[in-house]
Amino acid sequence: MNITQYFKLAVKSLRTSKMRAFLTMLGIIIGVGAVIIIISLGNGLQKMVDQQVESMGVNLIQTYVYGRGDGTTMLLDPERMYELVDDHPEVLSGVSPYVATNARIRHGATEYERTTIYGVSEVMYKQDTQATLDGETLAQGRFLQYIDVERSQNVCVLGAYLAQDAFGGDALGQTISIGGVPYTVVGVLRQSGDTLQEGGRDDQIYISYNNALKLMGSRAVNLYMFMATSRDTAAAAKTVIDDCLYDYYQDENAYYTMTMAEQVQMINAMMGVAMLVLVAIAAISLLVGGIGIMNIMLVSVTERTREIGIRKSLGAKRRDIRWQFIIEAGTTSAIGGVVGILFGCLVATVVGSLIGGVLVSQMGVGSNVTFSATPTTGAVLVSFGVSVGIGILFGYLPANKAAKLNPIDALRYD
Amino acid sequence: MGHLIELKDVYKIYPMGDEEVHALDGVSLTIDQGEFVAIVGQSGSGKSTAMNIIGCLDVPTSGTYHLGGIDVSTMGDDQQAEIRNRMLGFIFQQYNLIPKLTVQENVELPLLYAGIGSEERHARAVESLERVGLADKRRHLPSQLSGGQQQRVSIARALAGNPSVILADEPTGALDSRTGREVLGFLQKLNREGDTVVLITHDNSIAVKARRIVRLQDGRIIYDGDAGDPRAVVQPEACGEEAGA
Repeated sequence: MNITQYFKLAVKSLRTSKMRAFLTMLGIIIGVGAVIIIISLGNGLQKMVDQQVESMGVNLIQTYVYGRGDGTTMLLDPERMYELVDDHPEVLSGVSPYVATNARIRHGATEYERTTIYGVSEVMYKQDTQATLDGETLAQGRFLQYIDVERSQNVCVLGAYLAQDAFGGDALGQTISIGGVPYTVVGVLRQSGDTLQEGGRDDQIYISYNNALKLMGSRAVNLYMFMATSRDTAAAAKTVIDDCLYDYYQDENAYYTMTMAEQVQMINAMMGVAMLVLVAIAAISLLVGGIGIMNIMLVSVTERTREIGIRKSLGAKRRDIRWQFIIEAGTTSAIGGVVGILFGCLVATVVGSLIGGVLVSQMGVGSNVTFSATPTTGAVLVSFGVSVGIGILFGYLPANKAAKLNPIDALRYD
Repeated sequence: MGHLIELKDVYKIYPMGDEEVHALDGVSLTIDQGEFVAIVGQSGSGKSTAMNIIGCLDVPTSGTYHLGGIDVSTMGDDQQAEIRNRMLGFIFQQYNLIPKLTVQENVELPLLYAGIGSEERHARAVESLERVGLADKRRHLPSQLSGGQQQRVSIARALAGNPSVILADEPTGALDSRTGREVLGFLQKLNREGDTVVLITHDNSIAVKARRIVRLQDGRIIYDGDAGDPRAVVQPEACGEEAGA
């Protein structure tokens, strides 16, 4: 007998007891489905992180400066960081201090007290992606430019909330008072949150960091955004920054530098572990499914003892019988695997779009980042292979039992 | 050319607790091409064991069995399976058709295990079914046929492989007497057409349809000769145990 005939036999056998076949497959369907869903969602998450990184720039290096003691002694002047960039043009292309503060904001008779004011440099806005390092894009006007920062000009970029609430959407070129100083609005950001609300994500203003430090009344900058000249020089740039900060503080705990690549690696490693754990749990149900197949096959062998006896009396060899049952088990789990894959893809797509919507809005990333849960081809192939493998593995024992039946006893069996 | 079937001094001994049961106790028997032999005996006489050994379903404890000149008494499982496939056609009391396969698929089974391609398989199955007059029922399931028809399907299946020996184990046991006679008539017809038929039965009235009778009792042959001889059907009172296997 050849493989096609065993296959036909298996299909025939499964069709004669559809309900049982389905219930036998259910374990595999659930197991494979779960694995596909987990991998799809994990994959979607990973892609989203990648996109986000892409939009922030793979050559971004974030440096946190904690200082020494309570952080008020040995303040680091931002000028030192600028000098560092000037001294190492081969690895560093720019830096933006990043400070967040609050101040009283007034337009006409209306005051806003919950607006976050970010003090940055022009480096905060990436020309190639036309977005800030936080992923925001401009709706109108322009971002801060070198000259604005250099001369500490009183210009600002408004978040969508203020642009709407204070100016009714027509903010460009208007004046707004920040901490008692009038600023000219040169740009308006596109809305990035779900709703415009006071104190929300869109309730923000970008000004030059010098002006922000003035508002704060302090020179303490805790975060710097460095740009390496390219993705490849990021690691070298990190060393340069670290060396400089160590020279200054003589203490490795006073600062912390991290490249985007490292960050991505860390996130990916964490997600990888989480995914592995989840897949392992899902794989347990595959194992249970396999045991279910073995159980049913054992019952089936007993029920069909007489059939086995007949086949043997007509000339079926041990391997004929063994193959018949192994292929039947393999076919059962393979069909279960295919159904599981389809089921998993369907659920992943539906759940993915639901979760994706929530996730994207909550993580506050720009509109250029999307989330979609799609299974990898590898995951589909491996799932299918594993389910067939499970059927064959767990089908072997019952099949072997059948193959070894003595034809005389088997023929006499009722 | 030797005998088609040649059993020489065959013993089949089963251990049963501390004792041994001699199911066959030194049986020597030859059957030639074209014979119609009935092996008769009460239950416990050893006729089922004889049928298992002749049918290559079992091997003797000692002694030799040559089928078509080949020593099959020391063969392993798979070799025996091949011999069964090539040389033997079984007809069972319970028909032993596979219920979920159609009539034609059942008849094709021995050809399938012989590795014959699908076209030839179909052709030979249909031809076989024509011989038993059931070609028109080939797409039916066994359960849709009467007992007599099912037995004819099993005869067609036995014939399909073109075997050297047709081995019929109580072929009429599950049939009413009229269809039983039909089936016997069929076996006689096959024999007239040249097939070698070995019939195993406990029933003298059926055994006499054969041309030669081999009577077994307690694992020994107590009569071997022409079916027409009155001694062939005499139940020897002296040794008449009510026997259970």
